[in-house]
Amino acid sequence: MTATRVLVLAAALLAAAAPVHAQISDGVIKLGIMNDQSGTYSDISGPGSTVAARLAVEDFGAAKKGMKVEIVVADHQNKPDIGSSIARQWFDAEKVDAIVDVPTSSVALAINQITRDKGKAFLVSGAAASDLTGKACSPNTIHWTYDTWALANGTGSAVVKTGGDTWFFLTADYAFGHALERDTEAVVVKSGGKVVGKVRHPFPTADFSSFLLQAQASKAKIIGLANAGADTINAIKQGADFGIVRGGQQFAGLLVFISDVHALSLERAQGLVLTEAFYWDLNERTRAWSKRFAAQHHGAMPTMVQAGVYSAVLHYLKAVEALKSDDGTKVIAKMKEMPTDDPLFGKGSVRADGRKLHPMYLFEVKKPAESKGAWDYYKVRATIPVEQAFRPLDQGDCPLVKK
Amino acid sequence: MSVTAKPAIAAPARDAIETPAVPTHQLAAFTVMLVVLVAAPFFVYPVFLMKALCFALFACAFNLLIGYVGLLSFGHAAFLGSAGYASAYAAKVWGFPPELAILSGTLAAGALGTIIGALTIRSRGIYFANITLAFAQMIFFFSLQAKFTGGEDGIQAVPRGTLLGVLDLRQTYTMYFVVLAVFLIGFLIVYRSIHSPFGQVLKAIRENEPRATSLGYQPEHYKLIAFVISATLSGTAGATKAIVFQLASLTDVHWTMSGEVVLMTLLGGMGTVFGPVVGAFLVISLEHYLAQLGSWLTIVQGLIFVVCVLTFRRGVIGELGRLLKKPL
Amino acid sequence: MTIFGVPAQALFGQLLIGLINGAFYAMLSLGLSVIFGLLNIINFAHGAQYMMGAFVAYFALQWAGLGYWPSLLIAPVVVGLFGVLLERTMLKRLYHLDHLYGLLLTFGVALVVQGLFRNEFGSSGLPYAAPPQLTGGYNLGFMFLPTYRAWVVVFSLVICLGTWYVIERTKLGAYLRAATENPTLVQAFGIDVPRMITLTYGFGVALAALAGVLAAPIYQVNPLMGADLIIVVFAVVVIGGLGSIMGSIVTGFGLGVVEGFTKVFYPEASNTVIFVIMALVLLVRPSGLFGRTA
Repeated sequence: MTATRVLVLAAALLAAAAPVHAQISDGVIKLGIMNDQSGTYSDISGPGSTVAARLAVEDFGAAKKGMKVEIVVADHQNKPDIGSSIARQWFDAEKVDAIVDVPTSSVALAINQITRDKGKAFLVSGAAASDLTGKACSPNTIHWTYDTWALANGTGSAVVKTGGDTWFFLTADYAFGHALERDTEAVVVKSGGKVVGKVRHPFPTADFSSFLLQAQASKAKIIGLANAGADTINAIKQGADFGIVRGGQQFAGLLVFISDVHALSLERAQGLVLTEAFYWDLNERTRAWSKRFAAQHHGAMPTMVQAGVYSAVLHYLKAVEALKSDDGTKVIAKMKEMPTDDPLFGKGSVRADGRKLHPMYLFEVKKPAESKGAWDYYKVRATIPVEQAFRPLDQGDCPLVKK
Repeated sequence: MSVTAKPAIAAPARDAIETPAVPTHQLAAFTVMLVVLVAAPFFVYPVFLMKALCFALFACAFNLLIGYVGLLSFGHAAFLGSAGYASAYAAKVWGFPPELAILSGTLAAGALGTIIGALTIRSRGIYFANITLAFAQMIFFFSLQAKFTGGEDGIQAVPRGTLLGVLDLRQTYTMYFVVLAVFLIGFLIVYRSIHSPFGQVLKAIRENEPRATSLGYQPEHYKLIAFVISATLSGTAGATKAIVFQLASLTDVHWTMSGEVVLMTLLGGMGTVFGPVVGAFLVISLEHYLAQLGSWLTIVQGLIFVVCVLTFRRGVIGELGRLLKKPL
Repeated sequence: MTIFGVPAQALFGQLLIGLINGAFYAMLSLGLSVIFGLLNIINFAHGAQYMMGAFVAYFALQWAGLGYWPSLLIAPVVVGLFGVLLERTMLKRLYHLDHLYGLLLTFGVALVVQGLFRNEFGSSGLPYAAPPQLTGGYNLGFMFLPTYRAWVVVFSLVICLGTWYVIERTKLGAYLRAATENPTLVQAFGIDVPRMITLTYGFGVALAALAGVLAAPIYQVNPLMGADLIIVVFAVVVIGGLGSIMGSIVTGFGLGVVEGFTKVFYPEASNTVIFVIMALVLLVRPSGLFGRTA
């Protein structure tokens, strides 16, 4: 009797001591970082996201825990067909377990579908489409860092409340630009503001002079830039040439990253109002991490997208560890169960529709005189608490959420 | 009497021109190609092969125009992409089975090809290249603006469906052999167009158009027919690709795609039978292997253009054919 | 007063902007037209050479502290030399072939050059400031006109008309035009035709580079700045008529204005309107507006 008990106990102990990766597919947790490595969004995500992911694996202590984590990287060149080819290849032939980052909403939507079909995991940091937690929500996807609704809400309502109540939209003529314009217009109107005009420019456009002229003629207090990347930079740069700010109007960037401000320089970007989920200089913990990041990323401070990759990978690894499996659907469910905590976003959680929750911040770009050095670009205008930062759960039309 | 009446197009061709039988070396090359393509999916990732096959068909169709009619179209992406959109829309929104979806795409490209062909066929040389580019840009703009194409998102989540109610195309190997069949049919149509009385007339027009006219042929008609065949088969390639990848996107109507098919045909060998196939496989493989190196892909593609134009004008198959002293 | 629902003042402003953009189109298509008209070479690398001009200006500032004014001379010379090298080593071998090979070769060169620059500098733009003498602007009442842009129009007009004059009205230009029509005969008169051709190609390329320097303070200096521009410039040259210098200049400025109006009434189409016009023109006049038939 006792011998059997000992045997059973021994067997149980052996089973418990079996390495964590016994139930992990082929013993390796393989993460695929897919983003724009050399094009317009390479500074926003690009190679920096790989640095962030590696830091997450390091901080998680995978090696000490006996977990093998591999990272592969690919460039989707902002094209959905290339992105979906890579995703298929990764899932079918290269045993990748989770895809991370993916800026450019059209690519993210395609990968969202493929990941769902194949039962893997998708952690979106770069893309903005709020449909990812709305109509296109999936049990295999978590939308981590930000989305168009949060940006529209943050910038839109905050700007109107501080006096910017007449708006003129400069919108990139593609689905993403339209969505951003639509969401922000709704918020502006709800906050008591008025939209006095809008113009759609081809995507991409190099010369904004004509559109800026129309914005000036509208005499709107705020010129909302419903575009991103090079378009936003060019519009602001040429706006300086045409004396937009001197004439008393202000730009509101609806999708601006710190790397864009860096490219513009403070002379041109000063006074720009924008919403982001992260800034390297927010507190001690973000500062410490960002310095580690910058050391591996030629001195450039992390953008919110890169910070999001770190946070998502960290939480993913924790979930895999707890679950002892890397089955995509199950890990995503586990990630929604467990609260999140990391030095960059603090404490947060993941909602049923796949939306990661954390506070958002309204920033204003400093004047050159106010900046104490490189990358000291933002001052905090407002903190948008978690409850208000993201679209309410019942307004998204997500089929996963029961009404 | 009938001196002034122009003879019908078909009549003189059938009486006066004899097409030689299929040369044995070409038959041999075809057999080799067939064997390789049937065995390949068991060794190489099939989705990659399917992409290459679709582009091989596109290149063969394009080659018909540049290799045998001598017209460089810089707007062929319009046919590839529009057919892709038509096919994707038919499969996803109208619920067409895949064979009807691909047919819809093919017909759409054919219709577009007839319209654009009729308007452009009178031009030649750089003007033809430019006017085809102009129309392709208009198609691009339309694709960008129209609601049904989804803008930069494209038409996503296109169902693979069941072919003829029997073959489940979600199975990779089944899909592959269907794509292979489509490619072979298209390839043979191109081959038959070239090695036929029609093809002989095209050759005559290319070599000496005024003389062909004096013999009673109307070059514009022949060129237009070749253009429409080229456009239609490009459409088949695009329509099939949309089903395989379950996506129709702006990439396929962008002008750089028109440049890519030129690269494939040039590298493989303009005016050869198997050149476009080899060229397509080479370029797609190159893209695959250099994908991780970002800009290096563009640099290598540019170098290939430069080297091919300066020293390698006949392309891979062209040079091979010259070595063997037999046209391939 | 409104015209088609748009205030007249706003329309004048757009007209002026259109002229400014037209100046770039005119300068770029001028170089392309000179090269094709006189040499029968289709220079698809023109956009890449324009970009190189902007980069040379950027480098001149970064490495040698040389500002805008010296760059106006340095960039065309440097890039022009590159053009000469290209012509001597590669283009020369293609003259006996179909023109389309020249197009494919220069297309390949464009890909290589753009790829190399992108590799090195990424695709975000690099900043380049307008010279202090040209900052600021004039308040014209209906709009605020930056001084720099006014300068662009004036300078481009001078260059364009100067080039036209040299080619159409001087002895040098006459030699050049004769050499393209009958090289052997002109050579027999003792004129070094191959060298003329090389220098002319270099000059066309230099014009592209000059446009690049003009563009640097307005647009970001980035490796792809010429990539989408090249097909538009081609359209301009084709509409004007391949081989007609005045045709390109007029069409360039004209297109700028048409694009400007399109941006007011149907802005989404402003990138595509040129192609619609090109298709229409080619259908009606297959050799372009001012072109000579090949």
